[in-house]
Order: sequence, then C-alpha cells, then structure tokens
Amino acid sequence: MKEAALQCGTLWLREMKRFVRQRSRVVGAFMQPLVFWLLLGAGLKASFRPEGTAPGGGFVEYFYPGVLILVLLFTAIFSTIATVEDRHAGFLQGVLVSPIRPAALVMGQALGGTTLGLMEGLIFLALAPLAGIPLGIAAIAASVAAMALVAFALTSLGLLIAWRIESTQGFHTIMNLILMPLWMLSGAFFPAKGAPFWLGWAMRVNPLTYGVAALRRSLYRAHPAFTGHLPAMGPSFAISLGFALVSFAAAAAIVRRSNAF
Amino acid sequence: MGAANAKTGLGPHTTAEDVRTGLAVEVAGVGFSYGDRVALADVSFRVRSGEFFGFLGPNGGGKTTLFHLLATLSVPQSGRICVLGCDLATERAAVRRQIGVVFQNPGLDGKLTALENLLYHGHLYGMYGSRLRSRALAALEQLGVASRAADLVETLSGGLRRRVEAAKALVHDPALLLLDEPSTGLDPVVRRDFTRYLQELCRSRGVTVVLTTHYLEEADLCDRIAVLHRGSIVATGTPAELKAQVGGDVVVAHTRSPTALREKIERRLAVRAVTVDSTVRIEHARGHELAHHIMEAFGGEIDSISVGHPTLEDVFVHVTGSRFAGADEEASA
Repeated sequence: MKEAALQCGTLWLREMKRFVRQRSRVVGAFMQPLVFWLLLGAGLKASFRPEGTAPGGGFVEYFYPGVLILVLLFTAIFSTIATVEDRHAGFLQGVLVSPIRPAALVMGQALGGTTLGLMEGLIFLALAPLAGIPLGIAAIAASVAAMALVAFALTSLGLLIAWRIESTQGFHTIMNLILMPLWMLSGAFFPAKGAPFWLGWAMRVNPLTYGVAALRRSLYRAHPAFTGHLPAMGPSFAISLGFALVSFAAAAAIVRRSNAF
Repeated sequence: MGAANAKTGLGPHTTAEDVRTGLAVEVAGVGFSYGDRVALADVSFRVRSGEFFGFLGPNGGGKTTLFHLLATLSVPQSGRICVLGCDLATERAAVRRQIGVVFQNPGLDGKLTALENLLYHGHLYGMYGSRLRSRALAALEQLGVASRAADLVETLSGGLRRRVEAAKALVHDPALLLLDEPSTGLDPVVRRDFTRYLQELCRSRGVTVVLTTHYLEEADLCDRIAVLHRGSIVATGTPAELKAQVGGDVVVAHTRSPTALREKIERRLAVRAVTVDSTVRIEHARGHELAHHIMEAFGGEIDSISVGHPTLEDVFVHVTGSRFAGADEEASA
C-alpha cells in the first residue's frame, strides 16, 4: 500500500514539475477556452438566448460553465498526449518494467491531470463575475467538487483511449472523434431542450452532461431558478462520480491487461 | 538429478562452470513471431552471473524482440526464460525488482533533472528518503555524471544522457542490467567510454550485464557474445574463441566480378572462397602467401586486396555466409 502511494505520488509530482516547466501548456489549456468563450459568447449573444439563463445574461453566461468544462477537457487532453509521447520516447517502457501497480499508474496520472485541471479551473472561476454569476463560498466549494470529478473522469478516459495509441497524430484523430463531441453534446454549448429528438437522447446518455449539470447547479446554488431543465444536483453528482470511477477502473484494466502475461 | 534441475531451473546441459557461478539468464527453446514473420526461432543460451554478455547482430536480426522478452515486456510464444533463478512466466514481479533496463529509445524525462529522474525511478521501486537520495547520487557518481545531477536532462549531451540512463537503471541495485543498443547514435569515442563504464560496473559491483549491439568493437569488449542472425543464434563464445573458428588469416579481394574471380581462385589455388557483395573472401592459414599468389595470377581483375587477422565481422561471414550490415554502416559513417 505504501509502495503504491509512493508510485502514485511520484507520477503526480512529475506531472506537476513538467507542467510548471512547460509554460506553453499552462497558456494553451487556459487561453484557448478563454478565446472560445469571448469570441463565441460575443458572436452568438444576439442570436442565441438559451432558456434557463439569467435575464440579460445571454449566451456569454450560458456558455461560461461549458467553457470551464472545456478547460478541464483540454488539460486532460494535454496530460494524455504526454502519455502518448512517453510511450513514443521509451519513458513509459521503463515504468512498465518497474514493479508499479496498474492502478497506481492510472491514479498518479489521473490525479496529476485533476490537479492541473483544478488549478486552471480555479483561475477561470475567478472570471465568474464577468459572466454575471455571483459566487458565494458554498457555490465555489460545490463547483470545485464538480470540477474535480469531471477532471478525474476526463483524464482517466483520455488515458483509456490513449493507452494503445502510438502517435500523437492518432490521438488527435480520436480526440476530434470522441472527446470533442462528448463535450459538444454535454449541454456545455447548447441545452438539450429544443434539440432534435435523437440529439436530445445522445445528450441524455452522455455522462459528461451530468458533469456540466453538476457544475451549472453548483455555480447557481444561490439561484436555482436559473438552471432550467437540468438534471437535479444529487443525481448529477452521483452520475459524475460513477463516470469517474468507471473511467478509472477501465483505464486500470487496460493497463493491467497490456502489462500482464 | 532431474528433480534437482527442475528445482534450480537449470537445464540438462548445464556445465560445472555454470553451477559454480550461478546463472543470471537461461533461455531455452524460445520462439516469437509477428504474424507470419518469425523473429526468433528456437533460441537457447545462458548468461552466467557477473558476465558481460553481448548479443551481436545486424538490425532486424531479432535482438530487440529477444531484449523485450528478457525485460519482461512480452512473453515468449514457445520455450522458457529464467532470469536470476525465476521463471518469467510465473514470477515476473520478482524478476522486475532484480533487473535494471535501459531501452533503445531514450527513457529519461528531459524536463526533469538527472537526479529527479533517478528519484522518480527509485519511488517506482518503493524506495524513498535519504536512502534513495544517497543511492541515486552514488549511481550518478559511478557513471561519472554526479556533477550534472542538478541539470535538466534536455540540456545534456547524448553521451551523458546515456550514462544518466544507466545510472537510473542501477538505482534499485539490480543484479542484472539489460541494455538494448545502448551506444546507438553515440560517436565512437563516447561509445567506447560508455562501454568502459559498463565494464567497470560489471567488475566492481558484480552486476551481470547483457547488452545488444550492432557495433563490432563493442561486441569485442564483451566477455562472451552470441551472434544473432535471422532470429537464430548462429555462434556463441568469447570473441577470441569465435575468431579462432575462422582458420588463420582472412584474405579479402575487392573486384568488379566477384563470382568469376571466386571460381578462378578456387580452381587455380585449391582453396575455398566465398563472395560477399563485391568481395571474394578466403580464410587461410598463411594469408600473405595466398594474397601474393592471387595477385600474381589475377592482379588485373582485382581493385584491392587485404590480409588480416579475423575480426568479428569475419566470424559473422564465416557462420552466416552473408555480410554484416551493421559493419558496412560503420565503414561508411
């Protein structure tokens, strides 16, 4: 147990060090969603006023929680790409022939991604007043919990997908095919209500929908009226926790299988 | 006897020397294929404890496949591998704690310092604190890179990185150090330096070293080598033993029409010759006399001729009948 904690801890520490020493990553994971938010928010403000947003807030406000999730997604993608590069470089082979437990490997990477996601997320959270969302302590605490679950789930999912992929190009393809649609169909970009029937269903079975809902409800803790037709707080958190656990277990299983006789 | 062997993991052909020193690696009848392509066919060999053992072979000969098997990254499709007395099929976890592995691809994180890379590695093996720190520093010291401990790995030269990698593989004090083509990409001087460090390690700490190489000079520095060609081991022994298999001197004549020349030489001088690319090679007890006769008889058809003691390249030609590809790359570099 102690050894697993050491293994997990050292993987986490490496993620932190790498992140701090690669400024472009810090900027990339944060700036890109910020630019998305400002441009799309400003551009769609006039034509798109989703139900459930505060009066006068419009798309800039609706889109804000979605962009927070996007920050987490990008951070997860960046740390997963690092895993693909590790494999390519031979670094991962050295880890695989060590006595590391698969669960410790995935946990270390996932916690690393979660920590980085949360750091970026917190910076972004400070912009909430700009989106017209006033935050209290309870709302911040609940939002952080929701972000942690989503970041953990997305990093584990990324690892699960990336584990067998040999090249970063391959990962980009998969990312565009799986991870981005997962985000687009999560209610981050547009609400399920009013979407075509099949799309509505796709959004309902998308686990990330509940992560976005959990975050939205957390942000609007003081004003539950603004959250429209979203799934309730409890189920959203429960499903997000399930998403995180299932992704983690699946990633650990694929690592164990690839590294066991 | 049979029961005793089963218990110790020793095979029926174990020699008295093997028993005395103990076996670090025993591979028996191992085969491995990628689909239809056979990478290893019925490979068997032994490495004694404390030996500096090399696998010599051109690229594509099966070295890396064999290496991955020894490093516990893949499983043999047939046959059996014992490392340090443990059967890889059943005691993989125990084997992993006792081996240090340096892969062909760089295994260091360039964004971490040399020391950080070693500490990271130690944590994976359950080591920590001041004990780990002093072991890591000692390993860097051993490879002569202690002064660069605090430098980011990405700022180090290729030769220094290789040494840091070897130090990393030694942090957990393995009994067996495995290195896959450790000196590929290093210039000859740095390469020789690196091999010396490994030899020193082998002598002073009793670490068994097994490496793969396609450099003949590197193989020459090994205690024993196995020549791997097209997935099979075609010769095993000390470099001197292998060279002794080649009779006397080696005469090599460069020519534009090797086949014609070979036939003429064989007919006229009653010797056995082989053609390899644009050369005709003859192993002969008295090479100088033979070269003289050849020049006298066929001087007009020969661009150049040389006489020398057998090298490992000659050994390779002797046992396989084909040219050593790695050696050619070496000559043109």
